[in-house]
Amino acid sequence: MKADNKESLFKKDLVAEAIKQSFIKLNPKYQYRNPVMFTVEIGTMVMMFVCAWILSGEHSQGSFAYNFIIFFILLVTLLFANFAEALAEARGKAQAASLRKTREETPAKKLIVPGEIFTSETQVVASSQLVKGDLFICETGDIVPTDGEIVEGIATIDESAITGESAPVIREAGGDKSSVTGGTKVLSDKIIVKVTTEPGESFLDKMIALVEGASRQKTPNEIALTILLAGFTLVFIIVCITLYPFALYAKTPIPISAYISLFVCLIPTTIGGLLSAIGISGMDRALRANVIAKSGKAVETAGDLDVLLLDKTGTITIGNRKATNFYNAPGVALNEFIHAAVLSSVSDTTPEGKSIVELGNKMLSENAVFGAKLDKYQSAVLQQIDFTAETRSSGVNLANGVMIRKGASDAIKAMVQKAGNLFDLEVTEAVNKIAGNGGTPLVVIENDRVLGVVELQDIIKTGIQERFERLRKMGVKTVMVTGDNPLTAKYIAGKAGVDDYIAEAKPEDKMAYIRKEQAAGKLVAMMGDGTNDAPALAQADVGVAMNSGTAAAKEAGNMVDLDNDPTKLIEIVEIGKQLLMTRGTLTTFSIANDVAKYFAIVPALFIASIPALQRINVMNLHSPASAILSAIIFNAIIIPLLIPLALKGVAYKPIGASALLRRNLLVYGLGGILVPFIGIKLIDMVVMLFM
Amino acid sequence: MEPQILGVVVMFIATLLLAVPLGKYIAKVYAGQHIWTDRIFSPIEKLFFRISRIDPTKEMNWKQHLTVLLTINLIWFFWAMFCLLNQGWLPMNPDHNQNMTSDLAWNTAISFLVNCNLQDYSGETGVSYFTQIYGLMFLQFVSAGTGMAAAAVVFNALRDRTTEQLGNFYNYFLKSCTRILLPVCILVAAIHLFEGTPMTFKGMDTVTTMQGDTMHVSRGPVAAFVAIKHVGTNGGGFYGANSAHPLENPNYLSNIVQMVAQILIPFAMVFAFGFYTNKKRLAWVFWSVMTIGFLILVVPAIYTEVQGNPNIAHMGISQPGGNMEGKEVRFGATASAFWSIATTVISTGSVNGMHDSFMPVSGMNMLLGMMINSFYGGVGVGFLNFFIYVILAVFIGGLMVGRTPEFLGKKIEAKEMKIAMIIALFHPFLILVGTAVASYLTAHDTNMGWWFADAAGKHNASGWLNNPSYHGFSEMLYQYTSCSANNGSGFEGLADNNPFWNISAGIVLLFSRFLPIIGPVAIAGILAQKKFIPVSSGTLKTDTGTFGMLVFAVKVIIAALAFFPALALGPIAEWLKMH
Repeated sequence: MKADNKESLFKKDLVAEAIKQSFIKLNPKYQYRNPVMFTVEIGTMVMMFVCAWILSGEHSQGSFAYNFIIFFILLVTLLFANFAEALAEARGKAQAASLRKTREETPAKKLIVPGEIFTSETQVVASSQLVKGDLFICETGDIVPTDGEIVEGIATIDESAITGESAPVIREAGGDKSSVTGGTKVLSDKIIVKVTTEPGESFLDKMIALVEGASRQKTPNEIALTILLAGFTLVFIIVCITLYPFALYAKTPIPISAYISLFVCLIPTTIGGLLSAIGISGMDRALRANVIAKSGKAVETAGDLDVLLLDKTGTITIGNRKATNFYNAPGVALNEFIHAAVLSSVSDTTPEGKSIVELGNKMLSENAVFGAKLDKYQSAVLQQIDFTAETRSSGVNLANGVMIRKGASDAIKAMVQKAGNLFDLEVTEAVNKIAGNGGTPLVVIENDRVLGVVELQDIIKTGIQERFERLRKMGVKTVMVTGDNPLTAKYIAGKAGVDDYIAEAKPEDKMAYIRKEQAAGKLVAMMGDGTNDAPALAQADVGVAMNSGTAAAKEAGNMVDLDNDPTKLIEIVEIGKQLLMTRGTLTTFSIANDVAKYFAIVPALFIASIPALQRINVMNLHSPASAILSAIIFNAIIIPLLIPLALKGVAYKPIGASALLRRNLLVYGLGGILVPFIGIKLIDMVVMLFM
Repeated sequence: MEPQILGVVVMFIATLLLAVPLGKYIAKVYAGQHIWTDRIFSPIEKLFFRISRIDPTKEMNWKQHLTVLLTINLIWFFWAMFCLLNQGWLPMNPDHNQNMTSDLAWNTAISFLVNCNLQDYSGETGVSYFTQIYGLMFLQFVSAGTGMAAAAVVFNALRDRTTEQLGNFYNYFLKSCTRILLPVCILVAAIHLFEGTPMTFKGMDTVTTMQGDTMHVSRGPVAAFVAIKHVGTNGGGFYGANSAHPLENPNYLSNIVQMVAQILIPFAMVFAFGFYTNKKRLAWVFWSVMTIGFLILVVPAIYTEVQGNPNIAHMGISQPGGNMEGKEVRFGATASAFWSIATTVISTGSVNGMHDSFMPVSGMNMLLGMMINSFYGGVGVGFLNFFIYVILAVFIGGLMVGRTPEFLGKKIEAKEMKIAMIIALFHPFLILVGTAVASYLTAHDTNMGWWFADAAGKHNASGWLNNPSYHGFSEMLYQYTSCSANNGSGFEGLADNNPFWNISAGIVLLFSRFLPIIGPVAIAGILAQKKFIPVSSGTLKTDTGTFGMLVFAVKVIIAALAFFPALALGPIAEWLKMH
């Protein structure tokens, strides 16, 4: 991933496009948006007039060649700044385009509604041709061509292409589960889907607009920073203008080129030139993480988050429960119970069922009773009884007439008691014990006789504790949201290392929790997918909707995660922080640079009339002309040198705010003071060769 | 340790030891807590409020605070103008001093109103006792009270809550005068009485010297005047020679008392902020930043003054007392150098030696003290100026730790940045533009007409400089810097009592006083209305050495960037040439 980034930073075609754009962006109408670079442009124009003036016979301003070189360097400074922005734009656009491409190459069975032709008929079109409101059909084995809502039918869908989870999900018309995502695969049944977005109006298209300079809205923080930079620019306008009477008093005539050079050197051109590139590349980094932000502000806000609400399933746990233990009922041999449990699950394709077979087989072969002969089991099965919401159990009917069922303890208990059998106290105890450990008990019965309880446990994702620890160091509190009972929730929360949890959570609980934290002044992020989540997504400061979620959820959130990966929030926080840090550090660097530039230019300006000032020429620059040239050349080339940093962002390390400040002050503050001393001296040595 | 050095160290430590408890006391005054002075002052304050029909418990928002502040200041301005233009016939004028000219009255009224006390006149002959007491001394009290009240509004706004209600301005203002300034002044004045400073309404005394000459010695209510001059960081002397005058500052002890008196409240206000908002660590960080800045300026100044003038050394003359030109023998070079920097980092501007005669390094450090204007700074306003730099530092620092910037739980956004930037801009703007205009006129030796005439009646602009070249440039730069910092000290050597300097300085004074009060109060008021964000481990902590360093760097960098060319043409060039 990292190598990939490095490679693509200066990709040939992107660079070509960016170079073209950097000339187009010279248009003052465009430059006007950036006060710092706009003043540079005015300075460049003034130098152009000075050159023309000299050509027409003026002698007070020095040689034409010298003035022209200064004009040229200023022009290059402008082009470098434009190039940085154009490159960031080009990268963002390329990224968005490639994302869009992968989602537009699917054939779609478009439904032609009766009336247009005699009967309902389908026609195969490219997914990109579907418009909002169109209906299309997906049958077993089809790839869903675009995002939409099921209007008719129910289907199992494999979303592993997006979520990475192999267990198929059920989507049906009406309710929260009606949304389908482009790129997913229909495993069974047939659905009719209504397209919910116009081509060109998808979130992706909105994102593309955000990375395009012209339509990009400045974020509040960017505006505040622009004010700071404009303020510094004004200070230097005052400094340079008042220098004229000061020079008169000191009887030192200063040529126009020197004023302009001093001014351009002093104003924060480095950050001014890179500011919009930083903003765009922040959006771009979000896009690279497969997150579509609806505004730049959302990305910035992400850096400030205090609280993250995370769904347990899929985020903290791997989503599937696994069998971890077998508890046999009194009077039933352990092996007999395990045998039955395995039998009940051999043709069960759910992850839970598979895990029972796996663990059961392992234990049986350890006990050396049956050995792992899966095919033998399968041949014994006559009929598979699938799980339904009604029975809340599943199982098998064997060829020999034996019926084995497994299911939730209360459902099974009802079945057992209905048959007039006893539900043992020991079994109840085992059930309670499992629940107390955060597990799910699954009771197995054979012909309405309790054999034992299978313990299913949530498996906490590996490495999740470290990620929460990292978040804690960033100052972000993590909250687990789960439908589990408080006991289970507490157990898992403790194990995963989250700071808080909401158990038996209903969507209203999320909302209430967000409101409570916000009332305390905190910024809250959450991730959600259901229509029920929509109000909470809208209420949260950063609401990340999963791409698999309903249209309402996606509309309510301010970001959409294409991967449906709930841990993505962690990356989003880091992207937000990086964005702000890059702005801060480059501002510091840019302003710190001025110290050295003063030491280069001020003695150069006055050395003729005040020879004593030679002693502030600490860099021992060759001549006044070479000093001024070196300073503005340094000022120009530092922009492209910092483009990689602006585009990739300053690395964020969760070491606490004070340590981070110390580190960045040292690197970019002190570094910003020292680097130009060395840089200007080196450039001066090169310039000397040509003078 | 050398006794002279020991003297200044004692001064500094004594101030600190007094300032901490005084800060606690000030915090209690503003918080309206019960204190032992209630019994003495409550009846007086109640009387004031009853006469003026003010309800001191009525809460105001930041705009109301500023409206009140500006309105009463305007009224005071008219009162001062009245005193100055009519003192000739008003009572209490035993020496029969004349009415002021209108341009001088404008300059004087404004400069006392804004806590600057530039004094283009000489107290002995320029003003009557009526003006001294009811015009100038009155303004010395109320201008100090205004600054402190504005700071109190900011303190109130920076507490951990969301509100528009920021206390009552009249309440803060009156209590600043009665409970803080008045008691300290009484103490300082009493010490001066014992040291021999005059306190009388009798006019000039006539003394026959041993040579048989007759000498007129001005007297007056000097002890009272000297007290508020320092306690309120005003700096305007009763006599023209200010605290270099033997009756205004008779001996080393009175010198120490005046020194302590002028730094006391600027110190105490920082601690008061800590006690009031319960952020004592932050207050110490602020104080340390200010102190480091002060030390960086004062140590080289003392060093160069003690070393003496290299040009005199070249002549083979030994200078055992250091550079003593323009200094008083009873204070010595060390205490004078210490004073010169102290009086410029805070906005007092009283002098006990002539700044014109100090070495270029000292002159530059005095200028820097005023250019930064918030290494302690004046009563109340010093903290306000500092607050602006804190906002800028918080903004840059916040970004550097990857969080949208916040200070004390409030987000710093575009609006606050705009105000902070305008305030930070205005100071260099006023100084540089003022100096630029004067330099331009000098360079062209313009005929100034009514605006200027030198002693010989010539109207050439260059006539206002006593020294040519770099030092002349420093004189002009110093004048506008002193005005813009509301400092009031003069480099001297500049002929400043004429319409050009009186009027231009007056304009600079007005802007540089009220904008830096309006700005911080507005920022604080806007912040107070914002949602309070509790601290997390991602928040930039402000009560740390690192943040202190950042504030310091921001101040120094802004001052250096704005003023480096000007300083290079003035004191730096002079210093380089001298060595």
